[in-house]
Amino acid sequence: MASAGLEAEQTETMTVREAIRETLREELARDEDVFLMGEDIATMGGVLDVTGDLHEQFGKDRVRDTPIGESGFMGAATGAAATGSRPVVEIMFSDFVGVAMEQIMNQMAKMRYMFGGKTEMPVTVRTTEGGGMGAASQHSGTVHSWIAHFPGLLAVAPGTPAAAKGLLKSAIRSDDPVFFFENKMIYEQSGEVPTDEDFTIPLGEASVEREGADVTVVATQRLVGESLSVADDLEGDTDVEVIDLRSLYPLDTDTIAESLAKTGRLVVADESPLSYGVHAEVMARAVEDAFYSLDAPIQRVGVPDTHIPFSPSLEREVVPDSAQVREAIERIA
Amino acid sequence: MPTIDLETETGREEALRRMLTIRQFDTTAGERFADGEIPGFVHLYIGEEAVGVGACAALEDDDYITSTHRGHGHCIAKGLDPKPMMAELYGKREGYCNGKGGSMHIADVDAGMLGANGIVGAGPPLGTGAALTIDRKDEDRVALSFLGDGAVAQGQVHSAANLAATWDLPVIFLVENNGYGEGTPAEMQHNVENLSATAGAYNVPGITVDGMDITAVNEAVTEARERARAGDGPTFIEAETYRFHGHFEGDEELYREDDEVERWQARDPIETFAQRLIDRDELTDEEYEALQSEVETTIEEALEYAQSAEEPAPEEAYDDMFAAEVPEITEFARRVRADGSGHGGER
Repeated sequence: MASAGLEAEQTETMTVREAIRETLREELARDEDVFLMGEDIATMGGVLDVTGDLHEQFGKDRVRDTPIGESGFMGAATGAAATGSRPVVEIMFSDFVGVAMEQIMNQMAKMRYMFGGKTEMPVTVRTTEGGGMGAASQHSGTVHSWIAHFPGLLAVAPGTPAAAKGLLKSAIRSDDPVFFFENKMIYEQSGEVPTDEDFTIPLGEASVEREGADVTVVATQRLVGESLSVADDLEGDTDVEVIDLRSLYPLDTDTIAESLAKTGRLVVADESPLSYGVHAEVMARAVEDAFYSLDAPIQRVGVPDTHIPFSPSLEREVVPDSAQVREAIERIA
Repeated sequence: MPTIDLETETGREEALRRMLTIRQFDTTAGERFADGEIPGFVHLYIGEEAVGVGACAALEDDDYITSTHRGHGHCIAKGLDPKPMMAELYGKREGYCNGKGGSMHIADVDAGMLGANGIVGAGPPLGTGAALTIDRKDEDRVALSFLGDGAVAQGQVHSAANLAATWDLPVIFLVENNGYGEGTPAEMQHNVENLSATAGAYNVPGITVDGMDITAVNEAVTEARERARAGDGPTFIEAETYRFHGHFEGDEELYREDDEVERWQARDPIETFAQRLIDRDELTDEEYEALQSEVETTIEEALEYAQSAEEPAPEEAYDDMFAAEVPEITEFARRVRADGSGHGGER
């Protein structure tokens, strides 16, 4: 079984935001070919303050403010990656991925394959997803299912500060294009993060964050924390195992199947539209690889195929949280 | 040193050889496509040879180019080998892309050729990215993006040009205005007469040159390259040219009149250049014929190489996706091929 990767001797308490920023700092210091670019990431430090003071330490060559033109700078990142750079691009809100989609899907994702393997594509795309800030439909979307679905792209989404560090390191050091999806509501979530500058989490490895015998919850991003709190609440009643999926593509089928061999019951919790996405893929893997372990219908928790509305009362209605996870567990426990 | 020095007699001969090679390669590709030997689509460069060769002659070997749908000419101009090029058109393993790219995607990154492209306007952002690497690593190289007149309507071209101009990146945007974006005349797609006017929005030089004259193209690119190397940023060059064939082979060309095609054919860039050399006593008719037959042999050999090259094995369809091992690809491919036939059997 995959571990949470927290066996390292030295850890430090930090938030997801700090884990990402410190990882970027370490990777910028480690490799001259790494540079950051995106809108307002330098002087302003990022609209959600993730890149912070990095430009002061590394200068405007290494931490670049771009014009507001996702198609141009995503294409430039792709061309730069094909010629020996290791760009880390920030798309301010994941809804804006659409502006750059041509360069992502037809160039970045396909060049290596179309060229018969004769180029690498070491680009990392960081972007922030999710509802909960009253930011309305064009600043709250969760698009990771599109990217994970598209051949040629790798996609990861951390649920903890440690996962944020380990996955971002792996993404930046990878020779393939990796999308790193940050849920904006967990930037302040804190936890223990290994201080080792070479702490990486392999792409494609889920983590069992809490062991349990009755129900498996495969969760992503913010719903990892929500699921852990539900598991605590249900302790003594239902023994819930919580897996942070972490990697959307590749996807760790083995860890899910091993967990289902114990629990026989599965809830998939991911803040994206319910149809045709991460939920469906995890369920398909469970059915393909662990069908005979299943004792109850699989439950899914996600956004009911809507956009994210503005009004807080409407937003609370569609963005899933611990209440929906708990209901899903109780339906099959 | 430029790849080909048009100031010298040997350079001019080499430029003529490359233009003839492009013409012969594409003539042969068109014939083999019509005979059903070459699958997919082919978009020929015939008529535009002075642009590709004039531009690439001004570059150095380690400069980068990005290309368009009509990429065969750019490849040969950049010095790529017609054998693996033709093999790629045939979808063979010996092709530049192991048969995964075909006519629209020939690439050789080591030779600075960052790919022909099936998306109109996708090359300029990639060229801008190559220029970004050059700039960051302080290398003495440039990137040149070829784009068609149709691409000037694409948002990503402007997004990239703005970035390149703002950051003074060493990139050249070379618009090949052949009069038609697919089947629609350029004047129905743009509200400016000269597409080099685009440069004005980015406060960089924009010039229009005669794309049927290799010297004019070469001089413009030479100047743009010096500007790029000096850290002064991009240049927009519009080369006015014409494609003698349709947008794609098999195109019925209902959108243009024969006499228009004939008018441009009378300005054939190869014949014009060869005649200029003959008039200057640099080339005799016999030498020109010898050059033509040398090129015919080169392309015949490329054709034989492609025809006799091996087909890729069906399971190679799963190679080259990622640098990393991704278990899904192996596993899903295994399941597809579980009965031993995959999807690749006879249909």
